[in-house]
Amino acid sequence: MVTAPRLSVNIAGVTLANPIITASGAFGFGREYGALFPLSELGAVTVKGLTLEERAGNPPPRVAETPAGMLNSIGLQNPGVDKFMREELPWLKAQGTVIIANIAGNTIGDYCAVTERLTVSDVDLLELNISCPNVKQGGVAFGTTCENAAGITAAVRRYCTKPLIVKLSPNVADIAEIAAAVVDAGADALSLINTLLGMRIDIDTRRPILANNVGGLSGPAVRPIAVRMVWQVRNRVKVPIIGMGGVAAWEDAVEMLLAGANAVAVGAALFTDSYAPVKIKQGLVEYLERNGIADVNALVGAMQVNS
Amino acid sequence: MSIVVTRCPVAKKVLPREGLVDLTLHCPEIARQAAPGQFVMVRCEGFTLRRPLSICDAQGDLLRVVFEIRGAGTAWLAGVEEGEALDILGPQGKGFELGDVTRPVVFTGGGIGIFPLLFACRPFRQQGTVLLGFRTAAMVALTDDFRETGADLRLATDDGTAGHHGMVTGLLTARLDERPCAAIFACGPRPMLRATAEEAMRRGIPCQVSMEQRMACGMGACLGCANKIRRPDGAETYAHVCVDGPVFDAREVVW
Repeated sequence: MVTAPRLSVNIAGVTLANPIITASGAFGFGREYGALFPLSELGAVTVKGLTLEERAGNPPPRVAETPAGMLNSIGLQNPGVDKFMREELPWLKAQGTVIIANIAGNTIGDYCAVTERLTVSDVDLLELNISCPNVKQGGVAFGTTCENAAGITAAVRRYCTKPLIVKLSPNVADIAEIAAAVVDAGADALSLINTLLGMRIDIDTRRPILANNVGGLSGPAVRPIAVRMVWQVRNRVKVPIIGMGGVAAWEDAVEMLLAGANAVAVGAALFTDSYAPVKIKQGLVEYLERNGIADVNALVGAMQVNS
Repeated sequence: MSIVVTRCPVAKKVLPREGLVDLTLHCPEIARQAAPGQFVMVRCEGFTLRRPLSICDAQGDLLRVVFEIRGAGTAWLAGVEEGEALDILGPQGKGFELGDVTRPVVFTGGGIGIFPLLFACRPFRQQGTVLLGFRTAAMVALTDDFRETGADLRLATDDGTAGHHGMVTGLLTARLDERPCAAIFACGPRPMLRATAEEAMRRGIPCQVSMEQRMACGMGACLGCANKIRRPDGAETYAHVCVDGPVFDAREVVW
């Protein structure tokens, strides 16, 4: 009998049963999709971005479809970190998967206060969101210069005793530079990419479709950009990378791994197919078996560039 | 009740008028647990987002959805033929709370908002008054289906080409002046819903409105389909059409 390929991966000291993760914002706190499949099927769940206080989010419309993707401007609607820890985390912890808490805020002080709470909680890793394009203060502003990105990473690092992931914005001139800066400042791992800033206009009303005018583009449309950026960052830093951006099928996950990601997150594809992460994992297993690859980690960064 | 994702064959396809598609799906898993006012999310091949469609009717194993061709996604959906299968997620959302179906009630519907009212009005039979508003006579649809329920059906058109010349809310005022009404159920464009809600509140009649918003996940995870409501404590907040609605108590909606 052929042994099943090894699927487990290690992200900053935390073992994930497999490299398929759900991306922050697409998966709530896990309850909705948890009604359709066991969350233990997933390597990890990344929860909706958490802020210190409850946030109402942006006015609607908040979403719009685009060619091969979608725009969103949710605006970090969430119940606040304390309510999450009280009402959502105990349930999520019981589902048998790794939990990544995505944290956001307006000021460095906000981020640190959220980190202080979560670092003593049952979450397994923290993901610092310095790339949300949908809030007026903070968010993406922290992620677009090396100085700001390193500054907030170092500040949060002082409060964070759990592995710290920093989620990078693609809305920058050189993502590898930012990656290097946040790793120097103490990031244990990187997530990339967040959404690309986009816009759609209703030609009848001559107004943007999104109430916030602009929003974050995700879905298959952004995948080649994400793959390119994962590759660029892999060439620059050694830390684990969670690759994301338009992954909708197992082939896309393999691409991400070959480009240098150690794990792969699925976001917008959930809206097309609720079972997308489970199907991607299954397809990945079959690919490994077909190709006689004993360990999924053998794919990481295994792309051979053309000379 | 639980949400399912299932592939269901199209049992019957009818085009009630140009631009309108009426699909009956063999879908026991959803049809048997569907409640009036709920909706399903239909996958359109090649599109990232599913299309939310209100459940027009559910009888036995059959689920009926009626939709207008609005863009490329619904155009694809309109091309699906009898015997082909659709990928459906549902039933989703909080539907109408019908209460005692022996009471006289009123349904107001506008344009493509009329469809979920068919399923909702059926149990009321002759006790239901159904007031439907359309832009013009050519847009009128499903009148035979509504009449078959036993309801008192009245039409209004903006241009007077069918029924009352004017808004459906004109019909509502007339009906409410005639005889008692225990509850109002409405679905249609936001201004129509607002006018209906205001008339209901003036007269102290309970009113439920079915609302829509651009939607992504359709299951409460992404928080895309925000709808501003007033909480019992008076604070304004965003609820979500997909799980807190699509039907809301008219008193809680912040117009």
